[in-house]
Amino acid sequence: MSGTARPGLAGRTGTLTSTGIVLAVLAGAVVVGTILTGIEGRNFFSTGNLRDILTATSVLGFIAIGQTLVVLGGSLDLSVPFVASLTGVVAGGVMAGESGRVVPGVLVGIALAALIGLVNGLVVSILKVHGFIATLGMGLVISGYIASTYQGNHGSAPRSFRTIGISFLGPVPVSTLIMLGCALLAIVLLRRTRLGHHLYAVGGNPEVARLSGVRTAVPVIAAHVLCSVLAGFAGLLLLARLSVGNPTIGSQGQYDLMSIAAVVLGGTVLAGGKGNVTGTLAGVAIFAVMDNVMAVMETDPFLRNVVRGVVIVAAVAVYSRRSIGRRPARFERPGVLDAALQEAK
Amino acid sequence: MQIPRDAPRPVGAPVGAPAGATAGSGPDASVVLRARGVTKAFVGHTVLADVDLDLRAGQVHGLVGENGAGKSTLMKILAGVHTADAGTVELDGRPVTFHHPLQAQQAGISTVFQEFNLLPERTVAENVWLGREPRRRGLVDVERMNRDTAALLDDLGVTGLRPQQRVRTLSVAEQQVVEIAKAVSFDARIIAMDEPTAALADHEVGLLYAIIRGLTARGVAILYVSHRLKEIFDLCDTITVLKDGQQVTTRPAGELDDAELVRLMVGREMSAFFPAPAAGTAPGEVLLELRSAGNGYVDGVDLTLRAGEIVGIAGLQGSGRTELLEGIFGVHPFTRGELAVAGRTVRVRSPRAAVRAGLALVTEDRKATGLALDLSILDNALGAVRAAFPGRTGAARREIPGLLSNLEVAARALDQEVQFLSGGNQQKVVLARWLATRPRVVLMDEPTRGIDVGAKHAIYELMRVLAAEGVAVLMVSSELPEVIGMADRILVMRDGVVAGELPPGSTEETVLSVATGTSSSRTAEPEAER
Repeated sequence: MSGTARPGLAGRTGTLTSTGIVLAVLAGAVVVGTILTGIEGRNFFSTGNLRDILTATSVLGFIAIGQTLVVLGGSLDLSVPFVASLTGVVAGGVMAGESGRVVPGVLVGIALAALIGLVNGLVVSILKVHGFIATLGMGLVISGYIASTYQGNHGSAPRSFRTIGISFLGPVPVSTLIMLGCALLAIVLLRRTRLGHHLYAVGGNPEVARLSGVRTAVPVIAAHVLCSVLAGFAGLLLLARLSVGNPTIGSQGQYDLMSIAAVVLGGTVLAGGKGNVTGTLAGVAIFAVMDNVMAVMETDPFLRNVVRGVVIVAAVAVYSRRSIGRRPARFERPGVLDAALQEAK
Repeated sequence: MQIPRDAPRPVGAPVGAPAGATAGSGPDASVVLRARGVTKAFVGHTVLADVDLDLRAGQVHGLVGENGAGKSTLMKILAGVHTADAGTVELDGRPVTFHHPLQAQQAGISTVFQEFNLLPERTVAENVWLGREPRRRGLVDVERMNRDTAALLDDLGVTGLRPQQRVRTLSVAEQQVVEIAKAVSFDARIIAMDEPTAALADHEVGLLYAIIRGLTARGVAILYVSHRLKEIFDLCDTITVLKDGQQVTTRPAGELDDAELVRLMVGREMSAFFPAPAAGTAPGEVLLELRSAGNGYVDGVDLTLRAGEIVGIAGLQGSGRTELLEGIFGVHPFTRGELAVAGRTVRVRSPRAAVRAGLALVTEDRKATGLALDLSILDNALGAVRAAFPGRTGAARREIPGLLSNLEVAARALDQEVQFLSGGNQQKVVLARWLATRPRVVLMDEPTRGIDVGAKHAIYELMRVLAAEGVAVLMVSSELPEVIGMADRILVMRDGVVAGELPPGSTEETVLSVATGTSSSRTAEPEAER
């Protein structure tokens, strides 16, 4: 009877998790990057090039880890670029070029970022304003404050603080190691703490979480605070690299949308409840490799955004095709698009 | 931590000592929950008036009544979702009041609600222990969580479910089991179940029966709400009937029968539960024909459906029943074979094409795919016409009030949002929406799921009227009595193909044996689907 049923491509790709796909795409990007860089007569795996790529992952990495937490909880944070800018100028101002004032500078910057995250979290969970709007408003408030208070660069990072931005362990920048450390903590948080489990639950279905006795506001507030603090770390790193606090550095980096893009590229569902930090890191790395290869090839900088845009949309298209077929097809090969996507990989 | 995993108790084996083991109904000794004079009103409208309820250890107490009779409200008061306006609830003789479901659960009252309260993207274990994750040195002890869940499932006599599986990958029946496991994990002494079989196929109900009998054997009191009277009589020791918020009666199940119970619920005789075909209804021209049609989910389907026919499709959950309807209706279009409507071969590539070809599909989940819940009755009823035949919108708008009143939709006004209607009335709005398109073939997927006896009867009658008017009806149902009682022919699906066609009046056993592919039907076996 139905014994002739072929497994079908969908059946096989169905066993690949979203994270698996992102990692595969990352591997593909590295292979393509190696070839294209080779054509340019350069070595993709040279220490210098690896340093460039890894350096490019750290700032966006910090922010995207935080964004992952917020998105998992069913919210969003659009205020991250402004938090990064603000942390940079305020911490730079406190430091004022003196080594002895690094610690107070860092503490003040991070405390400020945490406070902003707390307000975001409270507005989202208590006032029930969607994260998109709450943090859009918060971003506007901060950007207005920065623009009216700081004309041009502000403050200065002492040499001791600047070394964070320029020291390496082999080919790996110290800043990237710190970022990976934060990622590890976030993974433990999500997998091994009640807070993490409850964050998934609230993002998945707040009513189910509530009926199970979860205090639904707590994970959301915590995620917003952590996200803001991580954006603060990014701001401090930018301060260390630039040695001055630049009030527009965050918005120049488009970290709000780029971090969300990295999160989504990493397989986290924008509606919340499903996803992980590993995927996000892979998403960040994919962007870094793409940018690096295009920089090596000296492509038009505007083309970079075109490529980024296409990659993001293509990735989400793949994910949503996966969830459409509720069950693997029993009888036949999937449609041509699946086949084409499979070829493309 | 709360799991009785130290003492493995074989399910079904009666426990000797525990309090509830008093066989029969020794008057008060085993009463674990006593509710008196429970009353609840919402915005001035009394939905529950002066209801008494005694739940006894080791017994199943059935709660029946039409939708809107107050069953759900009573359950939600016991579960701590709502708080009663008046009346008392005593647990082991001590008065209790709950303000949050968790308080009720901690006191030993767990509820399995009709809507699944599970997170599809999380594992079985994570769902069961949500909010109470076991910890070791501050971190969640995932291994212990999985171990405890496995023990819990073992204890329920369930095999083939792994604690690490994501709930999304489970069948509906398995998800129900997870819900029950979660309820039991609170060390519940009272478990209330709201329509636990609404989404289950008949053979899966057997698993639920086994679980319930296992629970009562160890002294758990069960409050069981169902619209399926057969289950009520199969399981319950005592039955309470509610009507319009009033307690009609509470009697031992042995003193009641089907007809009497229906009379008490609806307040009138229900002439014959499945109405007979209208006089003069005879199969006419062929309205729908499939020739070796197939898509990803079904294969090689041949089907001829004539005007005036009601054809039933039976089969297990996942056998491709819904997928067949979705193929016909262009949701998952057929990629092989031919489909002809009224003799004309058509390629139905989308639901829109299907509607324009004269088809209608009443989907299985009216809240998710049948209705726009926050739109009005009128907008919902007009939806299909507006989208597929915009030119006929005006005419349809004039017809809708008549259509709705023919269907006896109970609502205040046409602009009322459908989310505030009862399940039965919502389903009637769905039907009105399709009738407004004047379909030639009506596909119905679980047309009476989760609706009360009165509304069910109205839908059966409507099917007969449609048939008499020359419409062809193709109905999928998990309720075998319904398929057998209504269909002129029964197609049985198995593993995505039509495994057999049976004449009307076939027995449930025959249908099941074709559906499962065995000669003898064994219903008490957990489904192994993966």
